[in-house]
Amino acid sequence: MALFDRLKDGLSRSRQTMNEIFYLGGEVDDQFWEDLEDTLVMGDMGAEVAFQVADDLREQAAREGLTRADQIRDALATRIAAEFTPKTWDPFVYLPSCVLFVGINGAGKTTTVGKLANVAHNQGVKCLIGGADTFRAAAIEQLDVWAERAGIEMVTRERGADPASVCFEVLERGEQIGAQLTLIDTAGRLHTSADLMSELGKVVRVTRKRASCKVFVVLVIDATTGQNGLSQAKEFNDALDLDGLIITKLDGTAKGGIAVAISHDLKLPILRIGVGESIEDLQQFNAKDFARALVGASEGV
Amino acid sequence: MAVFSSLSDRLQDTFDKLRGKGRLTEDDINVAMREIRLALLEADVNFKVVRAFVARCKEQCLEAEVLSSLNPTQNVVRIVLDELVKLLGSTDAELQLPATRKPNVIMLVGLQGSGKTTAAAKLAYLLKGQGRKPLLAACDVHRPAAADQLETLGREVGAPVFRGDGKDAVAIAREAVEHVAKLRGCDLVIVDTAGRLQIDEVMMQEAVDIRDAVKPDQILMVVDAMTGQDIVSVVNTFNERMDFDGVIMSKLDGDARGGGALSVREVTGKPIMFVSQGEKPDSLEVFHPDRMARRILGMGDVIGIIEQAEKLSDEQSVRDAERMLMEGFTMDDMLTQLNQVRKMGGMRKLAGMIPGVDRAIAQSGREVSDEQIIPIEAMIRSMTKEERAKPRIINGQRRKRIAQGSGHSVQEVNTLIKQWEQMDKMMSSLRGMALGGGGRQMGRGMADMMRNMGMDPAEANKIARMGAAAGGGNRQQRRGRPKKKGNQKKRRR
Repeated sequence: MALFDRLKDGLSRSRQTMNEIFYLGGEVDDQFWEDLEDTLVMGDMGAEVAFQVADDLREQAAREGLTRADQIRDALATRIAAEFTPKTWDPFVYLPSCVLFVGINGAGKTTTVGKLANVAHNQGVKCLIGGADTFRAAAIEQLDVWAERAGIEMVTRERGADPASVCFEVLERGEQIGAQLTLIDTAGRLHTSADLMSELGKVVRVTRKRASCKVFVVLVIDATTGQNGLSQAKEFNDALDLDGLIITKLDGTAKGGIAVAISHDLKLPILRIGVGESIEDLQQFNAKDFARALVGASEGV
Repeated sequence: MAVFSSLSDRLQDTFDKLRGKGRLTEDDINVAMREIRLALLEADVNFKVVRAFVARCKEQCLEAEVLSSLNPTQNVVRIVLDELVKLLGSTDAELQLPATRKPNVIMLVGLQGSGKTTAAAKLAYLLKGQGRKPLLAACDVHRPAAADQLETLGREVGAPVFRGDGKDAVAIAREAVEHVAKLRGCDLVIVDTAGRLQIDEVMMQEAVDIRDAVKPDQILMVVDAMTGQDIVSVVNTFNERMDFDGVIMSKLDGDARGGGALSVREVTGKPIMFVSQGEKPDSLEVFHPDRMARRILGMGDVIGIIEQAEKLSDEQSVRDAERMLMEGFTMDDMLTQLNQVRKMGGMRKLAGMIPGVDRAIAQSGREVSDEQIIPIEAMIRSMTKEERAKPRIINGQRRKRIAQGSGHSVQEVNTLIKQWEQMDKMMSSLRGMALGGGGRQMGRGMADMMRNMGMDPAEANKIARMGAAAGGGNRQQRRGRPKKKGNQKKRRR
């Protein structure tokens, strides 16, 4: 099960701290519960969610007579997995579709577009890349490198052009060449900047109106983001009515706990997760695997 | 936004609860400390740091003299503030660039997407302003088009960029420092490197190799202000391998609570040198720990505003201010002031610096946006010279004309005139204060203004009280300062 292993690898650091509390002593006492709370908070799950999960689990343990640490670990994984909103639709599989990538600066939007286009192209899907990040210096060039590498057509305009009109042109071109999957990169922006958010609102409106296929607006979030991720996701969702999430940079030591909080709070499915630099490292998300990798549950699948 | 109220909101709520009490018991302190703990955790301050911080604060708060002192709450606030400043680093850290070496070298490192390339350009702009001639070296050979990005940004800030396309990062850095800097007449090289994960051994080694090749005077780590708990392991590893000298905290213009900033100093002992907050090249600022701490606690950054205003104020505006105080406030003054605000970094930034106002706006659920200035400007520009000088002559007929001329409704013109009336009133109460009035009066003026801006009256009064209280606090604090500061403050108003 390569996929699971990779994910587990990526999340190994968070598991180490988990292991400490599950193996130290192994007996479940007050100290154990406190440590559990702390550990969940340290995984960026947020104080509120962490305390909630720990309390629920404590109740469950009392009710079902779970006394051994490993039993509780499995229950914890199940509990965390249940926090995720399940995915009902995959815009990268059910075609044709058009996906707009939004997020704050440096979340990894451009790279994600490049990787997803590559994967789809290799599976024989007719792709089109749209470069609507007309703000950041060299964002278009960066995307162009990805498009060229894979031999995929890309539509864009010069730096400073109106991003909504770029999207319009992208969709027009998509119809001409019969693209099945259209991926559009937008400029990163902070969710607190009202002007830039309303610009993005226009981009989304224009795209939704012009497109002849279903349009998905996907928020890309860096896994190292802390509690601010929640406020980001909320603002983007309010402004754009998001359809899903992609969590990037889950390798490293990031614990990705913020993914739990966002998916739960905003009822948004996680469509892909990035666990490494290479193209194959952008993977399908599986709530159970993720939760088990996060807490290091025993491996009897 | 209630769930995501910022650290200063949370702490302020806690202190508001305490303020109602004349005497504090140990239980009160415990409750407050728990709130502080939660608030800090939600601000992404590292768990271990929080624990130690709260323990330190609590110990001091429980000392008998604090509990039985005349104003225990104020003392608790002072203790928390002092500890926060300590946590952020007590003194302002400066770049150490020895004059004996030419060119000086600054190297930037950090994770992917933390904002190194942008920070490099901003740093170049800042140092140019100090009379240096920086060269930007594009050593990110991994991310597609990274060099293009630096080149574009370099052009914008007017700094030369060296890109050794096709070479490896170490060679580019070396060439930039050893030859290119001299060739282009630069006395400083800023080395932009690729983003790397702290666990990526190959990439970390590359960073070490660059460092060994060019021996930077300063290594700065760029850290995203939104980073979560993980920041500790990130900076720890970078610190072990690179032994960096300071931190640039990026993306602080969002609503991130900057808890990472609090943690970095505590964990590594390395100071935060700059904060980057905006899209423009001039948005890199020197980090002041004490001001940051006051901001986190909702005490505002009054000194910051004065400095900002000083940067812009010239003889002319000083004369204007005096005239406004003495002869009343015209529409032209209003326009000048709005433009001044715009120059100082926009409403939003200013709001964050004034004690209480940031919070008040969040509570009223309104956005502060510079766009609101545009219609006002249009309306004022549609007035005749006479109308601008003496707004009281604007009658119904004139209102209609102004509305038509500016493309706005008569209602909007009415609102504008009402706003002017309020501001004029405030000016005259300020005049009273200058001649020996009190803070209470000014608080009332503020309440009127807030109400006029469409706020709930109860809220507005609350804010005004806060404003008056903050004003009082500042006065107290100012007592020890040289007299000059006091004068400047008056001038600003």
